[in-house]
Amino acid sequence: MDLQGFGHLLISGAWITIQLAVCSLFVGLLFGIIGASAKLSSSKTANLLGNSYTLFVRGMPELLLVLTIYFGSSAVLMAIASLFGYDEYIELSPFVAGVTALSIAFGAYATEVFRSAMQEIPKGQREAAVALGMSRFQTFRRITLPQVWRLALPGLGNLFLVLLKDTALVSVIGLNELMRQASVAVGNTKEPFTFYFAAAMVYLLMTSISMAGLHLLERKANQGYQGARS
Amino acid sequence: MSWEWDVILEHYPRLLQGAWLTLELVLFSGFVGLMLAIPLALMRVSDRPWIQAIPFAYIFFFRGTPLLIQIFLIYYGASQFSIIKESALWPILREPYWCAIITFALHTAAYIAELLRGAIQSIPKGEIEAARALGMSYPLMLRRIILPRAFGIMMPSYGNEVILMLKGSALASTITLLDLTGMARTIIARTYTPLEIFLAAGVIYLIISALLILLFRILEKRFNRHQHWPNERPKDLDPQH
Repeated sequence: MDLQGFGHLLISGAWITIQLAVCSLFVGLLFGIIGASAKLSSSKTANLLGNSYTLFVRGMPELLLVLTIYFGSSAVLMAIASLFGYDEYIELSPFVAGVTALSIAFGAYATEVFRSAMQEIPKGQREAAVALGMSRFQTFRRITLPQVWRLALPGLGNLFLVLLKDTALVSVIGLNELMRQASVAVGNTKEPFTFYFAAAMVYLLMTSISMAGLHLLERKANQGYQGARS
Repeated sequence: MSWEWDVILEHYPRLLQGAWLTLELVLFSGFVGLMLAIPLALMRVSDRPWIQAIPFAYIFFFRGTPLLIQIFLIYYGASQFSIIKESALWPILREPYWCAIITFALHTAAYIAELLRGAIQSIPKGEIEAARALGMSYPLMLRRIILPRAFGIMMPSYGNEVILMLKGSALASTITLLDLTGMARTIIARTYTPLEIFLAAGVIYLIISALLILLFRILEKRFNRHQHWPNERPKDLDPQH
C-alpha cells in the first residue's frame, strides 16, 4: 500500500483519536457512576433524573448528540454566562465538544453496567458496613466501589470498544482525528479506498490492542476469585 | 437564549419525511443483514477451521472498525477502481442510497452472525439429538429445529442490535442522504436553530426506538410461545431434567 507520504498524517490523527477516547472514557466513567448512584438512590427525583438520562441518550444517535453539542452548546453556554454578566461569544472547540458528547453517550450505557454490578453486591456487606458505623459515602468508597470494578469490567470493556469506534464521528465536526486526516489525504491524492482502508486497519489495530489489554485487566481483577470458580 | 416552538411546528412534516427514509434504511438493511448472517453463523459453528476462518475475518473487520469508515470505503472507495466504474455495478454503487443499504447490511450482518452463533450454540443438545433420532436431514433440521429455536433465543439481543442500527443509520446523512439526521441538518443550515431541530429529531428517534422495542416484545413472545403455553405443562417430559 502506497501512502504517498501521508502516513504521518494518519499517525498524528491516531494520536488525537487515542486522546479523545481516553478523555471520554474517564469523564464517561464519572457520569456512569453518578448515573448509577442516582438510579439506585432512594430519592425519587434522583431516580427520575437517572432514568431520563439513560432513556434519552440511549435512544438518540451518537452522531446527533455530537452535532447537538457542537452546534447547540454556544447558545446554552452564552445564556448561562450572561447570567453572570459575561456577554462575549463562547464556542466549544471540536475536541471539547467531542469529549462531552462521547462521554455523555458512554456514561448512559455505563450507568446500566454499574447499576447491575452494584446490585450484584450482597446487601449484607452494606449492612455490615453500616453496623460498623461507616457513613454512606464511606460504605460506597470502601465496600461497593472496589467490588463494582471487578463486576463491571467486562461490560465496560465492550463499551470502551464502542467508544473507540464512535470517536470517528467527531470528524464530522472537524476535529483532526484519524478519520478526518484520512479524508484530508483522500482530498489530496484522490485515492479514497487506499486511505480509508489504511485508517480502517489502524482502527482495527487499536481495537485489537484494547481487547488484549481488557483481557489482561479482567484476569488481574479476577485474581482473588480464581479459587472460587468450580 | 430563546426557544422557538414555531420552527419545530413549521418543519416537522419534513422531519417526518426524513424519519421515513431512516425507517426504510433500517428495515431494508436489517432484513438483508439477517439473510447474510444466517450462512455466516452456520459457517462459524462449523467444525472445520478453514470454514470458520472466513466468517471470523469478516466479523473481525466489520466489528473492529467504525461504521463511518465502512460507509466511506464503499461510497467513496469504490470509485477508485476503474474496473468497478466500468462494470454493471456502478449505477448502484454511485447512488448514496444503495451504498448506505449495502454498508448497513454488511455491518449489521457481522453483529447478527455473532448473536446467532451464540444462540445456535446454546440450543440444548437433546433437541438436536432428538431431531436426528427422528431421521431429519440437515436442511430439514435447520428449518424446523435449529433456526426457529436460535431466533427465539437471540430475539432480545437482536432487538438491541436493531436499535443500535437505528442509531447508526444517522451516518447516512454523511453521504448526502436526507434521513432524519440529514433532514435536521439541512433545516438547521437554513434556520440556524440547532437545539430545537436536533432535539425534535432526537424525540422522533426515541419514538421510533420505542415502537421497535414494542415490536420485538411481540416477536419474542411469538417465537418463544412454547414457553408461555397457558395450560399446565407435563413436567417430566424433558429427559435432561
